Amino acid sequence: MIEFLKRLFGQPGSSATAKERLRLVLMTDHLELAPEMIEKMKRDLVDVISRFVEVDRDRIDVTFERQDATLAMLANIPILSVNRPNGNGTHKPPEQPAPLPEASAPAAAGPSAAPPSAKAGSDKPPVRKRRRRKKSQRAAPAPAT
Amino acid sequence: MHQLQPNPSTSSGQAPSTSPEQAEAQASAATAKRGRAIVLTSGKGGVGKTTTAANLGTALARRGASVVLIDADVGLRNLDIVLGLESRVQHHLLDVLEERASIDDALVADKHSEKLFLLAAAQSREKDEVETAKMQALVSRLCERFDYVLIDSPAGIELGFKNAVAGADEAIVICTPEVAAVRDVDRVVGLLGNRFKPQLIINRLRPHLVRRGKMLSVDDVNGILRLPLLGVIADEPEIIVTTNRGEPLALQTHTATGAAYHAIAARVAGEDVPAPMPAAAKPSFAERLSAFFGGKRR
Repeated sequence: MIEFLKRLFGQPGSSATAKERLRLVLMTDHLELAPEMIEKMKRDLVDVISRFVEVDRDRIDVTFERQDATLAMLANIPILSVNRPNGNGTHKPPEQPAPLPEASAPAAAGPSAAPPSAKAGSDKPPVRKRRRRKKSQRAAPAPAT
Repeated sequence: MHQLQPNPSTSSGQAPSTSPEQAEAQASAATAKRGRAIVLTSGKGGVGKTTTAANLGTALARRGASVVLIDADVGLRNLDIVLGLESRVQHHLLDVLEERASIDDALVADKHSEKLFLLAAAQSREKDEVETAKMQALVSRLCERFDYVLIDSPAGIELGFKNAVAGADEAIVICTPEVAAVRDVDRVVGLLGNRFKPQLIINRLRPHLVRRGKMLSVDDVNGILRLPLLGVIADEPEIIVTTNRGEPLALQTHTATGAAYHAIAARVAGEDVPAPMPAAAKPSFAERLSAFFGGKRR
């Protein structure tokens, strides 16, 4: 009977830990295995953002980071201008940014030195948008007792 | 992730995919190739590929099918030991591939099962000495003569694995309820792709540990892998004892585990029998009660 009560109210077994670790490790594995999926996600993400702002497609950086029990997607998307020519929110995605400033700007210069494209120069100073999105939510918090 | 999804027709549940198998059997009959070449693989070592190969081969042969077991673990010959045939091996796989011996010279007849034969691995050679094309040709020649060609793959995903897989039409993946084993099977299934229609055997399950929440359950494992499940084999001391003796447990059909191998063999053959589960894996009354009261324990 005591055994039964222990079982009933006992701590979750180590299999729950194993299951959670397995879930996470496979998620990471699959992301590594599917670079084309990440590319597609990046493209779709930029397409959505491009409806509202003009972004620098060549300098988008998407990474995945493990944080305790979750996997986070970090996207660095340099914005060239907030530019909505048609008010309906269907901005045509910008054409290839001018290669010259791209080449001349040192890569390490990072966020503050996003090269202004020909169009963007007259508009606003380039801002950099940082998006953080939870790739996954933990299914349920582990019961304490 | 998308590449790991098996064929939609077979991924939906545990049900055996008899119709595709039958379709394939017909298709292979049409091309004068009567046998099915099945590779047994796992990625991780030590999960019981060789033991499973010996037992599945024995069980299939006991059903009346002609079976050849190929030990593709070149350099680490083991299948002969598990079958108790180590003293009878004269020629090995590489002798055949390099045409120093004929197939008939190299095939070792099993002691216990009339229709079971072994093609042993070379012990003093390297895995990369096997030529993939020759391996493919050999498997397809054996398929003309045998109902089943079971290929026991080495651990890993390198050339030895690739050679073992090269001639196969189907795959059976062996997984133990451990994080590392499941991860490796996931990887191997990704490498195999849909062409091999991988099916799963969960090996070395300890039902009492699963019940106490100390081991991944069948649902935990296959909730992630999502493969057609052939069956579950418990971690029984009998398996060690029978391996010590070189007599596969599948010879003892009165034992639960022996019967489980036969049920798996029946499923491989396309029979619609339930996937064997270790008896104690079913929840006890206390567990069902505990699940009823909130299901805290998993």
